[in-house]
Amino acid sequence: MHELAVTESILQIAEKHALEAHAKKVTDITLVIGNLSSIVDDSVVFYWEMISKGTICEEAVIHFNRTPAIMLCLACGQTFEIPGELVPCPHCGSYQLNIQSGEEFFLESIEIER
Amino acid sequence: MATEKVQVIEKILDANDQLAAQVQTLLTEAGVFSINIMASPGAGKTSVILKTIEKLSDKIRIGVIEGDTAPVTIDSDKVMALGMPVVQINTGGQCHLDAVMMDRSLKHIDYKDLDLLIVENVGNLICPAAFKIGTHANVVISSIPEGDDKPYKYTNIYRGIDVLLINKIDLLPYLDFRMDYFQQGVEILNPGLTTFKISCKSEEGFEQWINWLFHQVQEFKNQVNA
Repeated sequence: MHELAVTESILQIAEKHALEAHAKKVTDITLVIGNLSSIVDDSVVFYWEMISKGTICEEAVIHFNRTPAIMLCLACGQTFEIPGELVPCPHCGSYQLNIQSGEEFFLESIEIER
Repeated sequence: MATEKVQVIEKILDANDQLAAQVQTLLTEAGVFSINIMASPGAGKTSVILKTIEKLSDKIRIGVIEGDTAPVTIDSDKVMALGMPVVQINTGGQCHLDAVMMDRSLKHIDYKDLDLLIVENVGNLICPAAFKIGTHANVVISSIPEGDDKPYKYTNIYRGIDVLLINKIDLLPYLDFRMDYFQQGVEILNPGLTTFKISCKSEEGFEQWINWLFHQVQEFKNQVNA
């Protein structure tokens, strides 16, 4: 449900940077989102179509650059990817884990026409 | 027409984070220690708050901000019945509090007269984790009937919190809750997290939580006044 608030933030950030770059329109927006972030891509796109209407970003396509959730096993030292839900190390079964990545949540870039 | 790439690299919820930092500054300058209580619906947020008030209100001045999705005042009425200042935020169906709502609600409570401000977030294990509201400490209440698999499924809520209360431990004999398994999940997400096992009903373990909280409020006062 918090995708609306997230989508509004995406629009604000994109508009701000488009304005600074004197853009006529924004064609693409690239987000980097770790798989540990609980965001539903389809839901963002759904809200995007509603709230971007009439803005400089109206025709922009949102790209979701999803980064994997990587865990380090403290027992055997191997790293592995998890689906977003915590699972034990597939190599040794240990739950002594450390999160290495998957929490990224930022707007990376926009493509503009001047 | 040729397009041009503009590097942005900005955290998506940066505007909220910045406002949350401003809210925290307001509270710090006023010497008010504030906590954000997050949990699923029915974990016992209001019960913990009421009992905390009962145990601490003769020592410190406490105020409460109640976050609710609907304009029902069941929770805030209970707080008011104890004679505490309370302000209710109706999120209008939104699933979490954010820094804007916090900032607005501070205008409706004399927070400068308080030592401790308790914020009850909307009952939800997903959305509140993403939105900072400017409090000094984030608290999650888990409860035995929710099951022991919650840290494995709702990873984000356990990240970046300062204290965990495991509530309703009086029900442990009746339910298949593996405490070791639950705490093992929490340990992965938040190593060394301060944890209190409590029951609002039997009051088991409640004293430790109260002592911890009272100590935090005093420490905070000392730091602010130093």
